[in-house]
Amino acid sequence: MASGTSVSSATSADTAGLTAELRGFREVQRLAYDCAEAVAAQLKPGITERAAARMQREWLRERGVRDWFHLPFAWFGDRTAFVNFRIPLQFFPTNRALEPGMPFILDMAPVYKGYTADIGYSGCLGLNPVHDRLLADLEAHRELILREVRERRPLREIYEDVERLMVRQGHANRHRAYPFGVIAHKIDRVRERRWSPTLFGFGTQSLKGLASDALHGHRDGWSPLWSPYTFSDHPPQPGLWAVEPHLGFRGTGAKFEEILVVTDSKDPQESAFWLDDDLPHVRRWQEEKAA
Amino acid sequence: MNTGREEGQGQDRSRRQGLQGARERRVRTGGVELCVAELGDAAQPTVMLVHGYPDSKEVWSEVAQRLAERFHVVLYDVRGCGRSTAPKPLRGGFTLEKLTDDFLAVADAVSPGRPVHLVGHDWGSVQAWEFATVRRTEGLIASFTSMSGPSLDHFGQWIKKRMARPTPRRAAQLLNQGAKSWYVYLLHTPKLPELAWQGPLGKRWPKILQRVEKVPAGGYPTPSLPTDAAHGAWLYRDNVLPRLRRPRTDAYAHCPVQLITPTGDAFLSQRLYDDLEQWAPQLVRRTLPAKHWVPRTRPDQLTSWITEFVTAQEEGDPAKKVVAAGPYADRFGGQLVLVTGAASGIGRATAFAFAEAGARIIAVDRDAEGAARTADMARLIGAPQAWGEVVDVADEAAMEKLADKVDAEYGTVDVLVNNAGIGLSGSFLQTTTEDWKKVLDVNLWGVIHGCRIFGKRMADRGQGGHIVNTASAAAFQPSKVLPAYSTSKAAVLMLSECLRAELAGQGIGVSAICPGLVNTNITTTSRFTGVSAEEEKRRQAKAARMYGMRNYPPEKVADAVLRAVVRNQAVVPVTPEARGAHLMSRFTPRALRAIARIEPPL
Repeated sequence: MASGTSVSSATSADTAGLTAELRGFREVQRLAYDCAEAVAAQLKPGITERAAARMQREWLRERGVRDWFHLPFAWFGDRTAFVNFRIPLQFFPTNRALEPGMPFILDMAPVYKGYTADIGYSGCLGLNPVHDRLLADLEAHRELILREVRERRPLREIYEDVERLMVRQGHANRHRAYPFGVIAHKIDRVRERRWSPTLFGFGTQSLKGLASDALHGHRDGWSPLWSPYTFSDHPPQPGLWAVEPHLGFRGTGAKFEEILVVTDSKDPQESAFWLDDDLPHVRRWQEEKAA
Repeated sequence: MNTGREEGQGQDRSRRQGLQGARERRVRTGGVELCVAELGDAAQPTVMLVHGYPDSKEVWSEVAQRLAERFHVVLYDVRGCGRSTAPKPLRGGFTLEKLTDDFLAVADAVSPGRPVHLVGHDWGSVQAWEFATVRRTEGLIASFTSMSGPSLDHFGQWIKKRMARPTPRRAAQLLNQGAKSWYVYLLHTPKLPELAWQGPLGKRWPKILQRVEKVPAGGYPTPSLPTDAAHGAWLYRDNVLPRLRRPRTDAYAHCPVQLITPTGDAFLSQRLYDDLEQWAPQLVRRTLPAKHWVPRTRPDQLTSWITEFVTAQEEGDPAKKVVAAGPYADRFGGQLVLVTGAASGIGRATAFAFAEAGARIIAVDRDAEGAARTADMARLIGAPQAWGEVVDVADEAAMEKLADKVDAEYGTVDVLVNNAGIGLSGSFLQTTTEDWKKVLDVNLWGVIHGCRIFGKRMADRGQGGHIVNTASAAAFQPSKVLPAYSTSKAAVLMLSECLRAELAGQGIGVSAICPGLVNTNITTTSRFTGVSAEEEKRRQAKAARMYGMRNYPPEKVADAVLRAVVRNQAVVPVTPEARGAHLMSRFTPRALRAIARIEPPL
């Protein structure tokens, strides 16, 4: 089994290997988004966050997912904007029930055949103009992040630029509420084991990978966590990053989360790209433009 | 013969009193003849205005004229008042049952077969509660707007509940309302009130209203006041004791109700309406910082709320909410709020907070895109209307032009938030005249222009309002690195205090907000004097990070602004450090001076 520590070596050495590996990540990311869409279609008033999280878990388990980067989350109503979140335990699903017009976010990170994806899906039950606006405003962030990563700007600066854009749009930066305030984190392949325990919702294998990245990064001056702090004051590190800009506006939150591939190629187009452009939020923007 | 002369006189009188163009008719019912006036297009929905005590229908003249543009407005003199005749004998002729007969007769005459929208003030509201809760009027009332007049049955239940289990709070509420009802006891004495009204009290009443209740002069009260008041005393004598002793237990409203509560009412406690949802489901609450005679002192606001409520009932869209969702929606619904510096930071958050309370927003800023964006988002979260305006607050001519435009297109501003400001850091000796000018132009002159230009229009309208000026904790916390900024903000603070004293008599409040360290983009737009451009950039970034780490959100300042307006607070330090500095400036100013000498780590 490929150790999968770095895509970068694969990129330069073997293009076929790269595509096979990336295809694996793309497959699991698609699977996760399919799950999100399937579960979102089944949501109706009265369903609780716990139930929605369980639906995601079962849907993915039935399709062969055995390990997780983290277990599925579901946030409803003002919890999509992390209103009054003080401690990380508040991220876990609660008994909050869905109501008509409520926004919701499904966030899951399955591991499938050793490949990890981490996705976030925002939607709302019925009409909610504020939520529509938030989703539309996310497009600029997807473009901004890719452009600045290709420019090899320090991650901390990109983080600040994203935050500035959010403020200019009138929103609050809500990924700040995540552990370490991260807008993104590295993901990688993990070993498939027969037993895959989780710790506080996070798969131990993935945590181990993250910890080892953190250790290596600490020596080499980079971090697998893309945060507003000095430890992120370095150019983008080649690898796969799960990027999750999260907007909040007065009790309504929206995010997307998908994999950004960063390579050490000199060609700007090749140096960074979104793994997949056929995702629900991207399709939604294209449809809006077409309409 | 006789009636003809009377009508001729009446028309003459009503013209003088502002009920121009009213079509009058007389309706006979139960031994009295009621004088009914109609305004506006009879094809429109009918809004019926019922006056209180000691008034006649002319108390509504201002509101009626405004409502007549949209509705068929009907007013009538309650029996024994104005130009309606009094029952004989007076005793027993003013019971709520008989008043209900009157209403039915008038409604049948002016709007046969179509339900009317009732609006009552004072005793007009007390009667209208009876109309809205008895079975025989069911289907005849489309909506009811109540101000300063509780249902006697609800009042009776309110007292009973508090007497039955008088907790300290309930006892205090009882005593409070008991004290406010002093005139009710006096009105129960025989003969004495009649003598007073026909004698000295009747003569002095207009002056008393002007001085104590701030009712503007002009056409009100009418010359019929002494007889109105003398006959009206029987409203109390015929109804109060029987109803309070044995309140009806089935006094549930059979129509939608809007309750407008003046917060400064000297005769009615706001606590009277605490349990009102029990009697009127889907109650729409409004509060108004005014005294008892709102139809005279706040006609614009009443017209806007009545119009909104009546229109909502006529359209009958159940999904459309009449009141916005945010806090203080009862207070700011439909009001016009102008915020300067609204493209970012505290200004934008304030605009959003007012928008959530249902206010109409004018977002003013130099940054066109930001102002438009604020207006756009404000509409999404509850502002019925919002506009972005590009104006530099330091430019007097531009501000004048803006004020003219606002007056012509949007109306008079109810709440003005002078928030625009820029930062400037650097020692006094390194601050150039240019720097000083720039800071004072925006931070001080911007506020002066705003207060002068918009404040004047507010005062001229004479219907109250509020001005909020954003000062700063730097207004009372000296610092060796912020001399120009602190000076400008200290001036804003003092300006606000002086203006507050000046405008207090006109029902206009002035508040100074002193936020402290708030996470906004003021850090990145601040100038640092006496350093290179590069060093300035570095300090801006460092300051932005430090403010980011402090991370006090502008939304909390916006909440403080709304609270300050509602409570009419004078000076509001917001963040803990601002509150600490405010306290220290009063009790330990020397410690504050020591802090002023510290160079912040930038």
